[in-house]
Order: sequence, then structure tokens, then C-alpha cells
Amino acid sequence: MSASAAPVKAGPGKQTTKADRVTSFNEGTGRLAATLLSPTLIVLVLVVVYPIIAALRESLYTSGDRVDADGFIVQGSQFVGLDNFTAIFSGEVGDRFWNAFYNTTFFTVTCVVLETILGMAMAMVMHKAFKGRSVVRAAILVPWAIPTVVSALLWKWIFQADGAANALLGQQILWSTEGWQSVLSVIIADTWKTAPFIGLLVLAGLQTIPDEVYEAAKVDGASPFNTFIRITLPLVKPALLVAVLFRILDTLRIFDLPFVLVGANKSSVETLSILAYLESNQNRYGPAAAYATLLFIYVAVTAFVFVKLLGADVLGDAVQKKKGKKNGKSKNKLDAPPGVGPAAAAGGGGGF
Amino acid sequence: MMAVAEKAPAKIDVKAAEAGPLRRWAPLLGVALIVLYCLAPFYWMVVSALRRPSDQFSNSIIPTTWSVQNIKDVFKPGTGFGRGLLNSLIVAGTVTILTLVIGMVAAYTLARLEFRFKNFVLAIIITTSMFPGISLVIPLKKLFVDISWINTYQAMIVPSLSFALPLAVWNLTTFFRQMPRELEQAAMVDGCTPAQAFRKVIIPLAAPGVFTTAIITFIAAWNEFLIALSMVNRKEIQTANVVISQFTGASGRDQPFGSQMAAGVVVTIPLVIAVLIFQRRIVAGLTAGGVK
Repeated sequence: MSASAAPVKAGPGKQTTKADRVTSFNEGTGRLAATLLSPTLIVLVLVVVYPIIAALRESLYTSGDRVDADGFIVQGSQFVGLDNFTAIFSGEVGDRFWNAFYNTTFFTVTCVVLETILGMAMAMVMHKAFKGRSVVRAAILVPWAIPTVVSALLWKWIFQADGAANALLGQQILWSTEGWQSVLSVIIADTWKTAPFIGLLVLAGLQTIPDEVYEAAKVDGASPFNTFIRITLPLVKPALLVAVLFRILDTLRIFDLPFVLVGANKSSVETLSILAYLESNQNRYGPAAAYATLLFIYVAVTAFVFVKLLGADVLGDAVQKKKGKKNGKSKNKLDAPPGVGPAAAAGGGGGF
Repeated sequence: MMAVAEKAPAKIDVKAAEAGPLRRWAPLLGVALIVLYCLAPFYWMVVSALRRPSDQFSNSIIPTTWSVQNIKDVFKPGTGFGRGLLNSLIVAGTVTILTLVIGMVAAYTLARLEFRFKNFVLAIIITTSMFPGISLVIPLKKLFVDISWINTYQAMIVPSLSFALPLAVWNLTTFFRQMPRELEQAAMVDGCTPAQAFRKVIIPLAAPGVFTTAIITFIAAWNEFLIALSMVNRKEIQTANVVISQFTGASGRDQPFGSQMAAGVVVTIPLVIAVLIFQRRIVAGLTAGGVK
């Protein structure tokens, strides 16, 4: 009896400590996390997931009044399969789609590159400046705080035929006509408005870097360039990545600025969002949903590629935390001042 | 061209500040350039708003005769601008409050708790924020027509959550994650429950981050144009942005740039006030003070 009871007790006992405790802890946290996250997730399902699925469904139908084969007007929606999509990739409609696709891509790449460089520079200057810091902070928030529609009207006013831009340049450029000038006006307006946004987010990141790190780098004899590449950039990277990600996603769906600054039905600045909006405005929900779905896929693919870069960071963070817990407290003690450990290592690297 | 010309020096100055003997003066010059870059177009809007409608097209840097006629014109009955401002405030304010209340809990959960599908949830929230507005607006508009929500505030507020909530959650998660865990641990050693630690220690210390998020959300909601344009066609419910973009002008002839600039100045004032509040918060410092 005693011989049989002992292993029975010992077996589960060991397992409980190793497996069950961990799972029950995880289950408890999981339930708490699920409860705390549910409001956000429910809202997102209602306002994002449902519409996306509805748009996918919608893109397979035609709606509004049509003339059927016998010349009668037909109402209501009808299932047409992939007709909306095949129509997009052929003929005149196709040209218009590819033009909008090209415009969207061009705006995104040009604007985000310009804005990132400029925003980073602004953040560095603001971080360095001790005099006039509050003035520059207030100033930098102004373009970003102005609603896009208002800034579009403002730049329309500056770029009009006898406006400030032409007076300043001594030129007679018709900015709102088709061609490079209207594209440039949109890029300038977008860059002016959103570079400060990136600057603001990067500045917040810069301020979390402790001065000791820079002092350590100085002691090690790191050049300013090395300090920037090996300390500032890596430590500010999370903030910068968020800013750039949001800017890319934001510019891919650019609508207000070209729509108000240049106008509807201008092929030089027509983006995918404008195209879809114009279609839906004429109650052609099917083709509009098809454009929107294609834009969605484009955005999703772009973001997926980007989030792979960013996601590695998010994942790496989580994995590190778990490892730190498992390895016990000794490791935590070594890194005691958080942030300083790895940063100082980077600073040391900068010295070589 | 104007903006491009201003960009280049600003960038070079940063490097000069880091390397050269100009170390002391270059930041000040950089600051001056940034202020000029940011404020010059805004200044032009203010100045244009304060010209007399008769010399609207004058390009003098200071108006020859100051006048508030444009601003008076904007508030004339019939423009619907005053009502538009109120509508914007209702919509953007509600979106901000809803977003912060819902998002803060989620962000704290994501920043602190370890659970199995954490990365998956983070990925979902990132993913939802990237959906283009237009692909949400088209089906939601059809839905709102069916449940007769067109021309209501909720028709603008609910879709706005789609971009505001992920933005807020993402920003707040970054802020919470930057705060050291020792803060809660210390609070719990002192006898707080995790919920109390969150309420009494984290929220006050995260105030700068929360305010930053509130400002970003409010401005994003206040800026919103596509949803407001699509969901509402009755003038009494239109937000200020839509009203301005559809201004036909008091006189009815050509583009009413004067009143548009005046309206732009008026729309920006609440935001400038918000920015000043934000200023004080950010000067008070992020979490650094709490740890040391």
C-alpha cells in the first residue's frame, strides 16, 4: 500500500509544480487580459472588421439603376462575381486605376522620406536647444494642429495664380493645373503639415534617453556621428518606427489634401481613396467597394512588410521579458538601471 | 519651392550643431528656421484673414489696413459656420473621451500583463489602424442609410473610433511600457492592489503620455474630413471642416479666400489652446522624475 501510494503522490505532485501552476497562472492572467481587452476589441470588430467584410461582399455586387438587355431599368443589387475587379484591370477604367495607384505610391514614398528626415532633424534641434525651447515646441505643433482641410485651403490660397508662392518665386506658375506643379503643391503641403508630427514623436523618444549614456559615450571618445548612429538612432528607433508606420499608412489613404487643394477629377493627383469616393458618391457601390478593397489589399501588403520589421521588435521585446523572468533575479540586478545597460554597451561600441 | 529651400539649411544645421565650433549658436539658428518653417504659412493665413476684403489679393507682408470684416463675414447667419464649430467640438470631444476610457485599460494590459495571445492582439490592433478610411466608409454608409443614422452625430463618432482607438492604444502602450515596473511593485509592496497601483501611481505619472495621446486623438478627430463628408449632408450637423470646404462666400463671386482664411484661423484657435495645455504637461517631464 505504502509502496503504491508513494509514486502516485510523488508523480502528480512534481507535475503540478512544473506544469499546472504555470498554466493556471497563465489562465488567470489570460482571463483578466481578455476582460480588459474586450471593450477595445469589440469596438474594433464593429467599426473595422465588419465594414471590411461588408466591403468585400459589396465588391462582388452591382447596385443602383441599370439598364438590362431589354432596355428596362433594373433596381437593387445583383451578384456579378469578380466583374467589378476585371473591369478595373482593363481599358480606360484600368488606366484610371493604375494612374491613381501610381499617384498614391508616389505621394507615399516622397512624402514619408522627406518628412522622416525633416522630422528627425527638427527633433534633434529641439532636443539640443535650451533657449527658446518652449517657443519652438509651440511653433512645431501649429502645422500639425491645423486641420488638413484648412491647410489644404491655406496652400491653395498660397499657390493660387497671383498668390504668395508665385510672388515669392517671381514666376507665373498655374499650380492648380494638371501636371508636376499640382503634385509638388500637394507634397509641399503634406510635408509642411506632418514633418512636425514625426518631430514631436521622435522628441518624446529622445527625452527618454538618459544623459549618462551620452556622457559615457563622450568619455569613451565617440564621435558625434557615431554617437548619433549607435546611441540616438537605436534608442529612438521604437518612437521613430511608430511615427513612420503611421505616416506610411496615413499617406497611402491620402484624400483630403489633393481633394481640397487641387480638386476632384484631376488625374495628376487622383489617389485611390479619391477614386473610390467619387464612385461611391455616384451610388456605384460595387466598383467603389472594389477600389476600396484593392486599396485595402495594397495597404495590408505594405504594412505587412513593414510590420515584419516592426513586429520583430515587438516580438523580441516580449521574448526578452519572458527570458528575464525565467533566468531569475540575478540578471535583472545586473541591468538594474533600465535602459542604461544596453545603451552604455552601444556607447562603448561607438568608441571603437 | 519655398518650403524646399527652407528644408535644406535646417538639416545641415543639425550636423553643424553636433560637430562644428558653431555648437552654441547653431541650435538657436536651427530653432529660428524651424519656427519660420512652421509659422510662415500660418502667419500668412492669419494676415490674409485680417485684410479688408477689398485688398484681399495684396501680397504685402503686413496688411495695409487691418480689418476683422472677414471674421465677421464667417459668422454671418446662413454660413452655418458657428454651428459647424459646435458640431466639430461635440464629435471630436466625444471621440476623444470614449477612446481614452476604452484605450487606456487595453494599453496598460498590453504593456504589463503576460498572456498567450499578446502579440496576436497587438498585431490585430496595429492591423485595424491601417485600414484605409474609404473602405470602412462605403459599407458603413450603406448600413447607416438602412438604420437611418445618416445626419446624426453617432454616424460620425462611431466610424471615427476606427482610427482613433488604435492610435491611442498604440501610443499609450508605448508610454506605459517605458515606465519602469518598479513603480507598481513599490506600490504593491506598500499594500496596493494591482488596480489601485494603476489608478494611484501609474495614471498620475502617465499623465503627460495620456495628455499627449488625448491631444493627438482630439486633433485627429477634429481633422477628420472623409467620414464627416460622407455621413452627413444636412448643414445643421456638418462639422466645421466640411462647412469651410463648401464655403461659397458671402458675396458669391469667385473663391472666398478671405472668409476661408478667417474660418481657418477660428478653427485652429481651440487647437492652439489645447496645444498650450499640452506644453505645460510636457515641460513637467515624462516619467523620469518619478523613478529617480
